[in-house]
Amino acid sequence: MKNFYSLKQELTEGTTTCERITSGYLEQMREKKHLNAFLSVFTDKALKRSRAIDKKINSGNAGQLAGLVIAIKDIISIAGERLTCASKLLENYAAIYNATVIDKLNEADAIIIGKTNMDEFAMGSSTENSAFGPVLNPLDETRVPGGSSGGSAVAVASGMATAALGTDTGGSIRQPAAFTGIVGLKPTYGRVSRYGLVAFASSFDQIGPFTLSVKDAALILNVIAGYDKKESTSAKIPVPEYTSFLNKEMKGLRIGLPKEYFTESLNPEISDVILKKVELLKQNGAEVEEISLPYSEYTVATYYILTTAEASSNLARFDGARYGKRAEDFKDLREMYTKSRSEGFGEEVKRRIMLGTYVLSAGYYDAYYRKAQKVRRLIKEDFDKAFTNVDCIITPVTPGTAFRLGEKIDDPLTMYLSDVYTVSANLAGIPAISIPCGVDGQNLPVGLQILGKQFDEETILKVADFIENV
Amino acid sequence: MSVTIKDVENIAALARLEYSETEKEKFTHQFNKILEYIEKLSEIDTTNVEPLSHVIELRNVFREDKMKPSFSQEEILMNAPSKTEKFFKVPKVIGDI
Repeated sequence: MKNFYSLKQELTEGTTTCERITSGYLEQMREKKHLNAFLSVFTDKALKRSRAIDKKINSGNAGQLAGLVIAIKDIISIAGERLTCASKLLENYAAIYNATVIDKLNEADAIIIGKTNMDEFAMGSSTENSAFGPVLNPLDETRVPGGSSGGSAVAVASGMATAALGTDTGGSIRQPAAFTGIVGLKPTYGRVSRYGLVAFASSFDQIGPFTLSVKDAALILNVIAGYDKKESTSAKIPVPEYTSFLNKEMKGLRIGLPKEYFTESLNPEISDVILKKVELLKQNGAEVEEISLPYSEYTVATYYILTTAEASSNLARFDGARYGKRAEDFKDLREMYTKSRSEGFGEEVKRRIMLGTYVLSAGYYDAYYRKAQKVRRLIKEDFDKAFTNVDCIITPVTPGTAFRLGEKIDDPLTMYLSDVYTVSANLAGIPAISIPCGVDGQNLPVGLQILGKQFDEETILKVADFIENV
Repeated sequence: MSVTIKDVENIAALARLEYSETEKEKFTHQFNKILEYIEKLSEIDTTNVEPLSHVIELRNVFREDKMKPSFSQEEILMNAPSKTEKFFKVPKVIGDI
C-alpha cells in the first residue's frame, strides 16, 4: 500500500497512471468483498474520471489532489448517488446535491471511488450497527474495525483507496484509525464545512480524513478546510498551508500528559507503547510534563446526554412523509410516523433517540440536558487551562485494542465507555489526530492521540509527523 | 432516578417510536443502567456555571434577505415515498392526531 505523496511522485514521473491505481483498488475491493467496507462502488465513473485526470496530469494542469483515490463515508451527500447512512430507512434515498467537501475534492481533481459502510447514522463504536451488516477488521477478521467510520478505515487499511473521509462526533474517525493501524484526523469544530453531511449531533460533528501518512492528512485538510457560506458554523479563519509545518524539530515544544488518562483502567501494553514515543520526543528536545484535566471522568456521561439530545431533534425529520421508507400498514398519520420510524431505525438509533427525548422532556431538562451543558463548559475550561502551559496533549485513543465482533454489542454502556479518551475533543471542539504507534502482545495496532488548541491543527500535525518519521 | 415500563412507553410515544412487549423489558433494563451512569453529573457543583451550547462561541450569523434559485419541485419530490403532482401525499388529517 502506497500513500498519496509517493503515488503523486510516481504520477509526475509517469511510472504509473490514475487508471492503473484505481483499477488496483477496484480489484482489491472484489477480492475483499467479505470485509463489507463499501455500500456503493462507482466502478465506471471512477475509471472514466481516472482517465480524464491522467490527461490533465499529462498536460500539466492537474489539481493538487490529482490521483488521490478517495472513499466517502455514506453519510456525506454526493449528488445523484445513494445516501443510506447505513439505515434501512434511507436504503433508496438519493442525494440531490453535493456536500461542500465533495465539491472541493472534485475541484482538486480527486477521484471518488465509492461510499463506505458505517454504524447507522454514525451511532456506534464498532460498525456492527449497520443495517447492511458489520465491517470486519482486515488485520483480524474476527474483530471489529471500530466505528462509526469503520468502512472508511478498512477501505484505507486494506488497500481499497488511498484515503477516505469519515466523520467524528465522539471518536468515530480516531478510534477506527487506531483499531486498523492508520492515521485519522478530526479537525477543530468549524474547520471543515458540514454542508451536505447528515447531522447526528450538530454541535459535535466534524468531517476528517483517514490516510496512510500524516502528510497525506495535511494535504487533504488543505483542500477540505475553510469557511463555507452555506454552513453558518464553519469558521471564518484563514487556512494555513498545513504541509509547511511538517519535518520540523521538537525542540522547545511543550507536551502535556493528563494523569487522568494514564490510570490502571488503561491496558499497560497501550501505555507502554505510547510512553516510549513520548520518551523519543523528550530525547529530541520536547518538554514533557504531567497535567490534570479534572473533569475527565464526567466526559462520557456529558457526551451521551448532549449528543442523544441533539440526535433526537435531528432525527425527528425522518417521519416517512417527505423521504425515506414509509411503513406499509398504518391507520392514520400518527401511526404512519411511528411505524415508519420504528421499522426503519435500528436498535441503537432508537435507543439514542429515546435517551435524547428523555433528557429533553419536561421535568428532566434541567437535571440532565442543562446540567450537561454546564459540565461541557467545565470540560472545555479544563483544556483552556491546560493549553496555557502546553502546546499539545498526548493520550491513548482507546482503553484497549480492537475487540471481537459481538463482544460488546449487547451491553450499550460498555460500548459507550470505549469512547472514554476520544469524546473530550468533541466536547471542547478541539482538533485531535490518531496515529499508529506500535502493537500490543496480540500484534494489534495501538493508536496515539495528539490533542491541540482550537484551530491549531498545525501543531498536532507537526508532532504526529515527527513521531511517524522518527 | 429509574424508569418503569410505563415511563418507557411515554418516552416512546413522544419520540414516535414503538417497542414490542419483550423489547420493552430489555430496553427498560438497559435504559436504567445508562441513566444510573449519567447520574454521575449530579456530583458536580455547577451553581455559577453558564451552560455551553456551542464550543466556538459564535454570534448570530446573518445574511442578506435576497432571493436566490433553489431546488426544483421535482428534485425535492424525487425521494418522496408517496406524491401527487406537486405535493407530498400523506393520510388524511382531520380531527385529533
